[in-house]
Parts: sequence; structure tokens; C-alpha cells
Amino acid sequence: MTLNGLAVGCIYGLVALGFVLIYKATELVNFAQGDLLMLGAFVAYMAVVWWGLDYWVGFAIAVVVIAVFGALLDATVLRRVIGQPQFAVVMLTIGLGAMFRTFASVTWGSEIYTLPTPFSGVWTVGGVTLSHQYLSIVAGTLVLCGALYGFFTHTRIGVAMQATSQNQLAAYYMGIPVKLIFSLIWAISAGVATVAGILLAPVTLIDINMGLAVALKAFAAAVLGGFGSIPGALVGGIIIGLIELYAGATLPEGFKDTAPYIVLLLMLAVRPQGLFGTLGRKKV
Amino acid sequence: MAEPILKVSNIETYYGPIMAIRGVSFDVPQGGIVTILGANGAGKTTVLKTICGVMDPQKGSVAFEGREIQRTDPDKVMRLGISHVPEGREVFPFLTVRENLRMGAYTRRDPDGVAQDMSTVFGYFPVLKERADQRAGSLSGGEQQMLAISRALMARPKVMLLDEPSLGLSPKLVLEIFDIVTRINRERGVTILLVEQNANMALKVADYGYVLEVGRIVMADTCARLMEKDDIKEFYLGIKDQGARGQRRWKKRKTWR
Repeated sequence: MTLNGLAVGCIYGLVALGFVLIYKATELVNFAQGDLLMLGAFVAYMAVVWWGLDYWVGFAIAVVVIAVFGALLDATVLRRVIGQPQFAVVMLTIGLGAMFRTFASVTWGSEIYTLPTPFSGVWTVGGVTLSHQYLSIVAGTLVLCGALYGFFTHTRIGVAMQATSQNQLAAYYMGIPVKLIFSLIWAISAGVATVAGILLAPVTLIDINMGLAVALKAFAAAVLGGFGSIPGALVGGIIIGLIELYAGATLPEGFKDTAPYIVLLLMLAVRPQGLFGTLGRKKV
Repeated sequence: MAEPILKVSNIETYYGPIMAIRGVSFDVPQGGIVTILGANGAGKTTVLKTICGVMDPQKGSVAFEGREIQRTDPDKVMRLGISHVPEGREVFPFLTVRENLRMGAYTRRDPDGVAQDMSTVFGYFPVLKERADQRAGSLSGGEQQMLAISRALMARPKVMLLDEPSLGLSPKLVLEIFDIVTRINRERGVTILLVEQNANMALKVADYGYVLEVGRIVMADTCARLMEKDDIKEFYLGIKDQGARGQRRWKKRKTWR
């Protein structure tokens, strides 16, 4: 039971991570993050079911395709709105999200699909049933976070990404190709969303609106964790996932979907900078 | 004077509708130290930003080693061999000192040379070695300035653009920084373009100086001669002229207007 909440929370955390990465680097909020997740899940579905490829091959193809797509999106569209009012960016990304959904419904139709996965069994440990599906989500999140952490702290380009998000102008002075870095961050962010989408696919099934609810809750998770903090995004996601689950189980009907936002409101009233708030830290 | 490594010709740079640089030209000779003096808002920083590509001039050209580089992206200008130490240091606050220095060497592919240069800059500024694993944001202003200079040096530049390295530092630290700047120039043959408000220090260190006022160059001469000029003494060095009656002339005007 807790595992389920944890697993869903991990998904929120991953999507929130995507929000935070892009926001930290480019100061844009990408409201199309949930739709990238949806596209990723569809590409994986197409690879596995239509073309009959192995699950892991399909997984890899989807991540690469959507990551490249994310990078192209940055290079062609989003780079032009950097420095424009936030509102323009919000409208643009919401619009892009709507376009992706339309594209998906034209291409794949509005049916609901099931992605077959190798995770179908259950383990029973001490009377508690652990489903492999949920375990795979938690394990996938842990592996991905470990990999990202290693990348950002131990590779030259990863550290350059940190540097760029801390001080863009100085990064330019170091000869860091800032524009390329932005595209790479979009690629990573879109790739992370795809992983989340594929892991989530067996739980919620794949349809064109699967990203919407997830993205909204993930946004709440990112705010809860303190927008701009990477561990905050993950912890926020897990908290939202658990709250949702327990509210659904113990409170009257309807609270399942509202409880996370009630907690978010309380949080904003009490500690507006979020759990791992970084307000005022980024001043140079 | 040797062939100029950096030649700025008649640049005009705008902030939106506001003309910040009104046709500035100057040369920086290979291996020299050139300084641009000027008060707040004279356009000193804008000149440097135009050279390194952060701002684009509407007119005029910037030539580096005979090649025009105006309107090039800053990361590409940097790859040609021009390192910029920006005003207000601009270190990466959440990276360690060591990581900051590595970022300075981002464009280099020779790990041995980078390690060697790292120990050289630790030799220039031993305090940075002590704090190598501390976050740059936790350093004092002076240490951050040292870090910014070292970081620029890590790229093995041919030209270093220094924007007010003395800003906000104690007089003792200013001496120390300028001492290192001179050593960098002598020992490593790095050409230096120094922008300063601290005219006293800048004129001592540099060979040749330009005076910038409201976007124009109003005076250009060797630093030794600049130091002797009345206007420089009066308005930049703060040496007050005593009149015949023991009083200061209150209506003294700059002669170049």
C-alpha cells in the first residue's frame, strides 16, 4: 500500500525533476512536461507493440527519440522566448502541450492502450504483497537519480550545466557553449519525462491525457519541494504521492485529488520557499 | 609599438535607444598592459562587453590577431584566446573553488597542462589552495576576485580583459591583486586590457592609457605622461592644485571639452 504511494510519488518526482532542471537552467517553466511524458509512453508503445521490439529496446528508443525532440524543441522554439515575460512562456508551453495531445490523438487515436512489461509478478514478503510494477517504478527512479547525480557532479559537461544554471554570463566567459547546454538540459528533461511515462504506463495505461493530471501534481510537488531544488522535487513528489494515497484510503470520496493541493496551500502559507527552499540563495 | 593584438576601431554600442559607446578606437599591443580609465557610466564595461561578444556594436569593428570578431558569440570569442574577468567577479557560487577553476579550463583538452596551470594559480594565490574544496560563494570578496582572475587564467588566454579588479577590495588587497596582474603579464606574456576607476593603481601598472568619458576617448598617452597631466591629477588622481592665494580654484574645468 505504502509502496503504491511511493511509486506514484516517484513518478511525480521525476516529472517535477524535469520542471526544475529546465527552470534552473533557463528560468522557463515548461508546462508541456506532462505531454512529453505522454509522447514518450506512446513512442515506447509503438516500438514494443506495433514493431514487436523487445521492451528494453523500445524503452531506449523512446527515451532517445523524445530527448532529441526536446533538444530540437529548445533549439527551434523555446530559445526565442528566453527573456520574454513569464506569461508568454507559460502560454507557449501550454499551447505546445495542446499541440502534442492533438498530434497524439491524430497519430495513435484516442483509445486506451496497454504497454506489456516484463514486470507482472508479485513478491510476498512477511504477508505484504509487493507488486513488481510498483517496485520497478521505485527502482527505476533510484537508478535514474543516481545516474543523473553522477552525471551532474562528476562529468565535465555535467558540471558545466551546473555552472550555466548558476551564472549564465560567466559560463559564456568560460567558453561554455550555453545554447548547446540549454538544448542538452531540455533533452535530459524530456528523457526523464519519458522514463516516467514508460514506468507509469502499466499503472495508468496509455492515453492522450495521461500527462495532464500527472504534470499538475508534479508541478505541485516541485513547488512543495521548493522550486529550483532537485532533491526537493523528488521529496515533494513522494510526499504528494503518499498524501494522495492515504487521503484516498481514509478520507471521504473526492479528497484523493484535492488533498495534495490542500497540503500545498498550507505549505505555501507556512513556508513559502518550499521544503528545500533556495530563495535568496541564488544571488551573485 | 608592436603590432596590436587587439584593435578596436570606431565602435558604437547601444543599450536599446541609448548610445553608450560613441565611436571608440584603441589598440592593445602584443604583450602590453593597456588601461582604460573612466568614471561611473563612462562606458568602460560596455567596451569590454563589446570586445568579448556579449554586446554587439552597431558600427565599427573589433579585430583580434587581424581577424574581425565583432558580433561573434562570447563562447567563440573566448575560444580564440580572449578571457574576460567580469566586473563583480561572477564566480559560480555553488561550485567549489577547484570546480570553478576547472570550468575556466573548460575549452582545453590537455589534462596535464590544466593540472600544471592549476598549481601555478595556487602559487599566485595560496589562499585559493587552502579553500579548494569550499564553495566559491562562501569566499570573501577579495578571494572571489582572486578566483575570477585565476579562472580566466586557466584558459591560457592570449589576452585578458580585466574589469575593475579593485572593486570593493581593501587597499592592501588591491596592491596584491595588481602585483599578480603584473606578474601574469611578465611571466606568462599575457596581454592585458585593464579597465579601472582606481586610476592611481592602473596608471602605475599599465604602459599605455586611454581616458574614456561618456562613451568617448578624450585622452590617450603613455601612463607615465598621463600621470603628469593636470586634468588626470585633478579629476582621476585627486591631487589638488593649490592656487597662488593658497586656495583651490573652484571653477576648474576639464580642458578636453
